[in-house]
Amino acid sequence: MSTMLEVSGLTHQYGRGERAHVAVRDLTFTIEAGQLACIVGPSGCGKSTLLRCISGLIPATGGSVRLHGDEVSGVPDDLAVVFQDYSRSLFPWLTVAKNVEFPLRWQQVSKADRRRRAAEVLESVGLAGVGKKYPWQLSGGMQQRVSIARALVSRPALLLMDEPFASVDAQTRGELEDLTRRVQRDLGSTILLVTHDIDESVYLADRVLVLSKSPAAIVADLTIDLPAERDQITTRESEQFVSLRGEVARLLQSPQVQRTGETAPETPATAGSDAAHGAASADAADSATTDSAKAAAAEAVESPDETAASRS
Amino acid sequence: MRTFAKGLTGLLGFFLLWEITVQAGVLPDYWVPPASEVATTFVELLGDREFLLGVVATLLAWLIALGVAIGIGVPAGLLLGSVPALQSASRALIEFLRPIPAVALIPLVMVTIGSGPDAKITLAVYAAVWPILFNTIYAFGEIDPVLLDSARATGANRRQALTWVALPHAAPFIFTGVRVAASIALIAVISVEYIAASEVGLGRYILEGGMNNGHLDQVMAGTVLAGLAGWAINSALVGSGKRLFRWADTEERATR
Repeated sequence: MSTMLEVSGLTHQYGRGERAHVAVRDLTFTIEAGQLACIVGPSGCGKSTLLRCISGLIPATGGSVRLHGDEVSGVPDDLAVVFQDYSRSLFPWLTVAKNVEFPLRWQQVSKADRRRRAAEVLESVGLAGVGKKYPWQLSGGMQQRVSIARALVSRPALLLMDEPFASVDAQTRGELEDLTRRVQRDLGSTILLVTHDIDESVYLADRVLVLSKSPAAIVADLTIDLPAERDQITTRESEQFVSLRGEVARLLQSPQVQRTGETAPETPATAGSDAAHGAASADAADSATTDSAKAAAAEAVESPDETAASRS
Repeated sequence: MRTFAKGLTGLLGFFLLWEITVQAGVLPDYWVPPASEVATTFVELLGDREFLLGVVATLLAWLIALGVAIGIGVPAGLLLGSVPALQSASRALIEFLRPIPAVALIPLVMVTIGSGPDAKITLAVYAAVWPILFNTIYAFGEIDPVLLDSARATGANRRQALTWVALPHAAPFIFTGVRVAASIALIAVISVEYIAASEVGLGRYILEGGMNNGHLDQVMAGTVLAGLAGWAINSALVGSGKRLFRWADTEERATR
């Protein structure tokens, strides 16, 4: 497995001086190629800022982001983003097909090829035959499928998804989750998905990164070794799933996540690959606990932050 | 089509009421000629070459004025809407200029430009540029950042995002500005013809009717034509706006 995404020391603050707000502080992690990783954290913890920095939509104020080795400055060609709000993200003046073709306009792709690829990708998200409709003529779930199709049409190396299923109903949400896993496996793409939903993160991911409150720092890096074939009902009932979701929920309620604002200690997270190998044989819940304990230990030892030191 | 029929019924009703009040002697006919007399004059006028040339002159001035107003208002609005510093710097000037009615500038324009067609075009441009400018500024200032992020996330650069996303997004707002400006420009052209005593045009014709022994049927027929022209222009623009920007007024449906 090669490293797809390498985030090191990523820091982002809005404003300057007294009124500066640090949304993300010194985040370090890597995502391996072919992984489906979820970042889960409390609302307003800076998840969206993190995603915007990784996608190159905003330049981070500190640290670096590397996509298969290349420093990200500006949106890379082989990266795509799916936003939460499909109704604000799709272009209402374009048909579904034209929306999906949109990213290909900036590439050397002939008109016929564009049309063919749009039709193909629409079919793969279960929307064959709606290309001539307008997005606003479709249901919310279908619109989000269009967004996913648009993101996939340029065959991105990395797909970023920002709370992609937060605006659809529960039933549709399940369908879209399964769609995401299927498409990821079929295309072998790498996905980094941000959510505040614990169940969703565990159900979807190969790996869950738990973020603390703002400024965001990684408090745990869990390997989710549920079987690759997942089912909305049986997987969610399984003992493994229940203990994993409990683990994530406990982490999110732990003091290291709940601590507030500027007293935040810095938490370097270990790269996912080591943890993944270590966890493969062990019981998932156990390995999860080990990982989080590791992270907590690292925090106590390595934190250079004065306030954190005085606290402990 | 049904709203059109309803509108026509209202209009016919108004003419009927007018005819009846005048015929019944409620209003003196030397003061207000009856609708039928105005209608006769109106039909006669449609065969009057000189009058028609005047109308063409008016409409031509209107069309040029609207075109120039779009040519100034849209790029200026685009610039002001996307550069906040420029917008705040120009705000005071714009707020000072905007409330000045175009007709108040007639003396100034007559001295500097004269009372030819360029004078009425200049003043109509002045009057019509504001709604276009403001709607364009608004459209670009209020653009949803998620929409622009979506465009940039597909790999579009700033210029491409502006051309292919910001501009189509702004188009319905700008179009509404143009529609409002179209009526204002027509009013301005006719007013200037009337007040500045232009040599040709619908306003000039209405003025002549008033001066010439109180030919009120002529005044009224001219006024009716001005009203009809304004109505036709507005309806045509509303209709094409609905067809062009079908997605804009259905946008709330997207949030179901």
